[in-house]
Amino acid sequence: MAAEPLIKVENLVKHFVVRLGAFGERGATVYAVDDVNFDIFAGETLSLVGESGCGKSTTGFTLLNLQKATSGKVIFQGENIVSLNEKRMRPYRRELQIVFQDPYSTLNPRMTIGEVVGEPILFHKLATKAELPEKVTRLLADVGLPARFASRYPHELSGGQRQRVAIARALACQPKFIVCDEAISALDVSVQAQIINLLLDLQEKYGLTYLFIAHDLAVVRHISDRVGVMYLGRLAELATREQLFSNPLHPYTRALLSAVPEADPELEKTRQRQILVGDVPSPLAPPAGCRFHTRCPIAMDKCRAVVPEWREVETGHHVACHAVEMETAG
Amino acid sequence: MTAPEIQKPLLDVRGLTIEIETRRGPAIIVDGINLTVGKGETVGVVGESGCGKSLTMLSLVRLLPNKIKVKGGTAEFAGRDLLKMSKSELRQVRGGKIGFVFQDPMTSLNPVMRIGDQLCEPLIYHRNMSKADAGKRAIELLRLVGIPGPEQRITAYPHELSGGMRQRVMIAMGLACDPELLIADEPTTALDVTIQAQIVDLVKDLRKKLNMSVVWITHDLALIAGLVDRVAVLYAGTVVEDAPVGELFARPTHPYTRGLLASIPKLSDERASRLSSIGGTPPEPGRRPKGCPFAPRCALAESICHERVPVLEPVAGHSGHRVACFVAQRQLKEAA
Repeated sequence: MAAEPLIKVENLVKHFVVRLGAFGERGATVYAVDDVNFDIFAGETLSLVGESGCGKSTTGFTLLNLQKATSGKVIFQGENIVSLNEKRMRPYRRELQIVFQDPYSTLNPRMTIGEVVGEPILFHKLATKAELPEKVTRLLADVGLPARFASRYPHELSGGQRQRVAIARALACQPKFIVCDEAISALDVSVQAQIINLLLDLQEKYGLTYLFIAHDLAVVRHISDRVGVMYLGRLAELATREQLFSNPLHPYTRALLSAVPEADPELEKTRQRQILVGDVPSPLAPPAGCRFHTRCPIAMDKCRAVVPEWREVETGHHVACHAVEMETAG
Repeated sequence: MTAPEIQKPLLDVRGLTIEIETRRGPAIIVDGINLTVGKGETVGVVGESGCGKSLTMLSLVRLLPNKIKVKGGTAEFAGRDLLKMSKSELRQVRGGKIGFVFQDPMTSLNPVMRIGDQLCEPLIYHRNMSKADAGKRAIELLRLVGIPGPEQRITAYPHELSGGMRQRVMIAMGLACDPELLIADEPTTALDVTIQAQIVDLVKDLRKKLNMSVVWITHDLALIAGLVDRVAVLYAGTVVEDAPVGELFARPTHPYTRGLLASIPKLSDERASRLSSIGGTPPEPGRRPKGCPFAPRCALAESICHERVPVLEPVAGHSGHRVACFVAQRQLKEAA
């Protein structure tokens, strides 16, 4: 792993102000992402997992400056990109791309596939109009679609094919980094595997770096180099794939992993699950101290009052938990 | 757990065929499905979107949307054909003897009714309970599905509950009248994994307590591995394989089942190793190819597969395991 990260995320915070009540008479703050720190290294796949509403997608959007960060820094090529306005951000947009979850709503229904894929190339002036068809053909070939698809419209394509188009569009201006925001969640099981393979092939071919946002831990375990676990807007744990899946330290990570069903009836029969009680608290009023303490089986008094520190307990293994801190210190 | 002894099944679906009205004329979307559920048995119905798994179950309680009609077949429930029942008889079955849990709790609960009142409705209707008794039972039911503080919760409206809570209310409604059969249509798809684990454990627990039969519809093979006794795999409106759960995972026989199982990432996989995938996409409902519906995507397909439709036949030597595939059946015979 290279020493210098491709992207450095420092104390990233994103709060949304929402209006509540029938007439929007009450204001409230959603603490979507709170003080998140991590590095993304060139060529790796870093996954963010967590339950709905934990802020993993918001982290992805804020990191790309698609949503204005409330505070914090995202350093890319020596520049804090979240402080840039849209105009100054534009040269960086080329390098930083995103693939969204729903391939049905992210493609303009009135544009042909060729126009969809060609638009970013023309916008960033990476080719002339004359060179465009050839570029589009090559991009479609990269994602396993025949050239004749360029003249089709999105409604003529299946979900898996549309997701391939979305990936081709993200690849169009030779990015370094792609955020895959639940990019395979909306697809059928048999098609998911095709897209995972495609993403892995493209990573190898172009040396891409992925931030993979997902809730399916079986998939995350398959493709990631490192995995970050989020809970209610904060990172609970971040470690290499091996560390996280064989030695999870945070009680939330443990519960999350034990809840994932395995496709093995024998194993499932004998398996001990650690079932969490209760629901995720509202991000409008996150609990004080450690945000997981309301559901944590080993919560102590300290957890209810003090926010646990984000610490590196062994090389590359970060965790925020008072109990783990006590164990490793003593 | 062992499969219950073979007797007359509680639910016996034979040759169920469902048709949809399209602009190009009628198209078959469920083609001659056979499915049995024994007393106390839990059956998983697995398939991808558009394979007809939800429509099959909806047709049993005659809740199919307009333009979609049952064209043929029978569905005997405790000896009576659900598809031929009068409306008044059917009303006794719906929510009474057969409980239903729908996928999306946000659209299936009445948003302007308190959840307590929604829970009481079937009790008053099917069990002739007084309002006061029904109210007490509603609280019991909410406690049963693990909702804390049920006395306060019964006065809540659906929007005041979280997704997991709403799904529990749906399950409580499905269970309200102690049904003999619970049909759960992707009850955990909209939920997070930790909540999903809670719901699965809950259903396992209740099944034992109430000796109820369960049909669990899902697209997630991993999820049902530890939950069901038997699995029926659906593809494009037909059952392609049907086997006890251990048998299915140990000896998947239909190329589609094999492909599905192989495409799930496993614990033992190397990082970033290639997943085996099934090429192509499932046919759109109503655009089924001639012959075996899986043939266009099947690596083993031969000329007969494109001509004739294979029927579900027993896998020799493995009781209760049936598969609809010409090639697999021939390979089994050659091996024997």
